[in-house]
Amino acid sequence: MSKYLLIEASDPFTSTAVLRHVDLAVALRRSGSDVSLYLVQDGVLPCRSGADGEALHEALAAGIEVLADDFSLRERGIAATDVARGVRPAAIDLVIKRLADSWKVMFL
Amino acid sequence: MMSALTFAIMDAPFENARTVTAFRLMQAALQAGHDVNVFAYEGAVGLAFARQAAHPNAVHGRDVVAENHPLPRVWIAELLQWAKKNGRKLDWVNCGLCVDERGMGEAIEGVRRGSPADFWKMSVESANTLVIPTR
Repeated sequence: MSKYLLIEASDPFTSTAVLRHVDLAVALRRSGSDVSLYLVQDGVLPCRSGADGEALHEALAAGIEVLADDFSLRERGIAATDVARGVRPAAIDLVIKRLADSWKVMFL
Repeated sequence: MMSALTFAIMDAPFENARTVTAFRLMQAALQAGHDVNVFAYEGAVGLAFARQAAHPNAVHGRDVVAENHPLPRVWIAELLQWAKKNGRKLDWVNCGLCVDERGMGEAIEGVRRGSPADFWKMSVESANTLVIPTR
């Protein structure tokens, strides 16, 4: 089974490309792959609790692991307690570990 | 010994947060025990340009010291020094054609000139490769 880590650096409020990226993640998941979405930079903005995170809800509903870069969260004043349910803060070391474990990693 | 990881980057300095993320990934890889290869393509060759200069900020009334403007060439130098001190290898290759187009031949010590063929070789010899494209 293929394992994909998609790194999303944009937020869906300013870039409609994010919705296409989530579509890609969902399609990969439905094809039987393990898929994780790692949000970084402004990509973490929709995971604030209370934000309109429709794209993330779609990803979570499809069984995609959604992770948010802890540094990017801190930069934007988003505490771990403010992160929407289902999204897990994670250090950037996770990307390195998955690269080393031969995941297919795409920076979107 | 842990395997090497390769990164390809494209963004010019001072323009995109992707540059900071790329540096964070390189640092995390080195600290996790990996050797790191970097292929800087297009505008990213400017990251190692030796003549980058810090500047004051007249609008906010700060001199050059108070402004403390971060320079990517300094970040690269520090990554190179960290790698050397800790027994890791950081091989930073600037695309030669991209350098010539931009007149950025003066790179800091430790950065070498190469071509996309170097990127191919790095990728083949690495455990994995991450391309960070420009947007």
